[in-house]
Amino acid sequence: MRVGIPRGLFFYHLYPQWKTFFNYLDWEVATSPPTNKKMVEAGVMMAVSEACFPVKVLYGHILELAGREVDYIFMPRLVSIERRSYICPKFMGIPDMLRAQIQGLPPLIDLCIDVSRNEGDLYRELDRWSKKMGLKSGRVRKAWNDSTRATCELEAICRQGHTLGEGIGVWEGKPAAKRGTGDLTIGVLGHCYALNDRLISLGLFERLREMGAAAVTSEMLDPQLIEEAAARLPKRVFWTVGRTMVGTALLLDQNPGVDGMIYLTCFGCGPDSMMAKIIEHRVNKPFMLLTVDEHSGEAGVVTRLEAFCDMLRRKRRLELAHNLSPYGEFLYSH
Amino acid sequence: MRITFPHMGNSYIAISSLLKELGLDVVVPPPCSKRTLELGIRYSPEFVCLPFKINLGNYLEAMDQGAEAILMAGGWGPCRFGYYAQVERDILQDLGREFNMVIIEAPDSKLPSLLNQVRQMGIKTSWFQVWSAIRLAWEKLKAVDRLEALQHYWLPRVADKSRCESMVDAGLKSVDGCGELREMAALVDKVDRDLSGLGRDVDNNNPIRIGLAGEIYTLLEPFANYYLERQLGRMGVEVVRDVNLTQWVNDHLFGGVLPSAPSLHTTLPLATPYLQYWVGGHGRETVASTVGYARQKLDGVIQVAPLTCMPEIVAQSVLEKVQEEEGIPVMTMYFDEHAGEVGIITRLEAFLDMIRWRKMKTGDTDAKNLSGSRRRLCQH
Repeated sequence: MRVGIPRGLFFYHLYPQWKTFFNYLDWEVATSPPTNKKMVEAGVMMAVSEACFPVKVLYGHILELAGREVDYIFMPRLVSIERRSYICPKFMGIPDMLRAQIQGLPPLIDLCIDVSRNEGDLYRELDRWSKKMGLKSGRVRKAWNDSTRATCELEAICRQGHTLGEGIGVWEGKPAAKRGTGDLTIGVLGHCYALNDRLISLGLFERLREMGAAAVTSEMLDPQLIEEAAARLPKRVFWTVGRTMVGTALLLDQNPGVDGMIYLTCFGCGPDSMMAKIIEHRVNKPFMLLTVDEHSGEAGVVTRLEAFCDMLRRKRRLELAHNLSPYGEFLYSH
Repeated sequence: MRITFPHMGNSYIAISSLLKELGLDVVVPPPCSKRTLELGIRYSPEFVCLPFKINLGNYLEAMDQGAEAILMAGGWGPCRFGYYAQVERDILQDLGREFNMVIIEAPDSKLPSLLNQVRQMGIKTSWFQVWSAIRLAWEKLKAVDRLEALQHYWLPRVADKSRCESMVDAGLKSVDGCGELREMAALVDKVDRDLSGLGRDVDNNNPIRIGLAGEIYTLLEPFANYYLERQLGRMGVEVVRDVNLTQWVNDHLFGGVLPSAPSLHTTLPLATPYLQYWVGGHGRETVASTVGYARQKLDGVIQVAPLTCMPEIVAQSVLEKVQEEEGIPVMTMYFDEHAGEVGIITRLEAFLDMIRWRKMKTGDTDAKNLSGSRRRLCQH
């Protein structure tokens, strides 16, 4: 059996786990290549125009896989990957959206991953799936339990200072990319599928590296501390990524080594539209909200990044000299 | 403490009645207007959905009239609404406003916990008073729903549309002012009698029937959908909408068991072939309603939602298949502060022309005949 895994959405968090899972069952795993212009165009044509850019990109990856020799496409219904939290409504409907809009699609493996109430729901879902596929449910459960180890491995790699995109490369045995060094340290926030896809983020990490800024992402920090910081909000954030972003921002805000923060968001992202405001209201460090979509031009993003880095450097220089604020309050109101 | 709450269509009639009967000093925000929206946009995050922006405008206008506390509902996702109150509080604090925010979080959406929270607001009323306040508010909700249904039915059928609208408005006003449980039904009956006495539009005996589905706020707040229902009624269309206030209260606070109120619980399974899971907000309800409308042989469906609404985007993607399989034309309309009335009318006219043409040409509702035009329409 050969299963295709699209390189989109939570691929960047969960690919090692999924790969381990299918390998345990002796299935072959194929992934779509890194996003390219052609895939973006195909996805934008296929998805409804109101969908966010990463969903459109995912459509492109699915179309790419549909044209290849795969028996199945793995597109789980990611409802919730932790207790009492969700990811995004679109994640909950994606298998249905794909089936409704793409004709001639290979059968989807749409495992419903929902642990919002308890782990038992997930195991029942695995049993249901193994029955449907004619597999032994004990073996599938064991494969799943075994595969969670891969996520821990990926997290351990990222904790050493790698982004998720780089981390997956390292996990697969590729040599680690050169660590960014520079006089600036910038916290980079955003959904993993926006930050780590070169075509969505318009090469944000590379650009920052070129400008002499080292990027810190939430994966490089202690999840325990992030959770504690996020718990300071009056109401628990019910989006997994949203809560991580708030926690990361609050944690980085206390870190004197961090000069500023950039929040990369995709146009139309529901959780981000709220979280950016929550963060902006609470952090004191320079904060920039960068909104991208399929119409964004690389030059515009570079200009804003350069301006942000210049401002951070000037701020540091002036603060050494005297205590005047070099940017006033306007930076906060993007 | 003078308390206010956000608008959602005519729900203010029941909410203000409930709060007043509980002994609170209520400030009903001024009706949603351009100014409300402008105030809201000025201080809201740029890409947040339209209901948030109108909410914020409501608060600011109500505060200008002396409101010191805000009553708002919460939720536990995944729809953005669950975090509305938190962000709104942050923004109002940034503006230097002093206020008290009462957020009703209904963790399991059950009535007893809700009542406890209401009592914790420091209201010194007996359980009997609470009970009669709820009864009165519930009767008002039912009256409002009936008046809206009357408007859906009569507006396309009468010759003098303006008179019909003002009769309904007068009816709403009298329900708002009425404090007697028993008089409520008579008030609506009177409007019903008055409306049926109006001169008929002789050319429109058998109006086109269009179902409305979508996100509840945008459906129920005429200001958020650019008065879509009246617009359609004036174009001679009978509107059918199975989402309304009593249905919402029944389904979300009573688990759909009230016998005297409509419920979508029986309709929901219709969505399953197309959408196998709930997606937050009203996504699944939208799909189920659309299938239901198709089975009721309505002539078309309009999906209504605020721009970037996540659950409705899922529904919209799935509806492409629903219209093909069930053979019903569906048009999706997203609203935000940049929508223009004329553009909306043009789209409605085009949709209605297509439906009339389809009815005339085929005389039946065969799905396969018109797929070309439907395709294009859904992509506007």
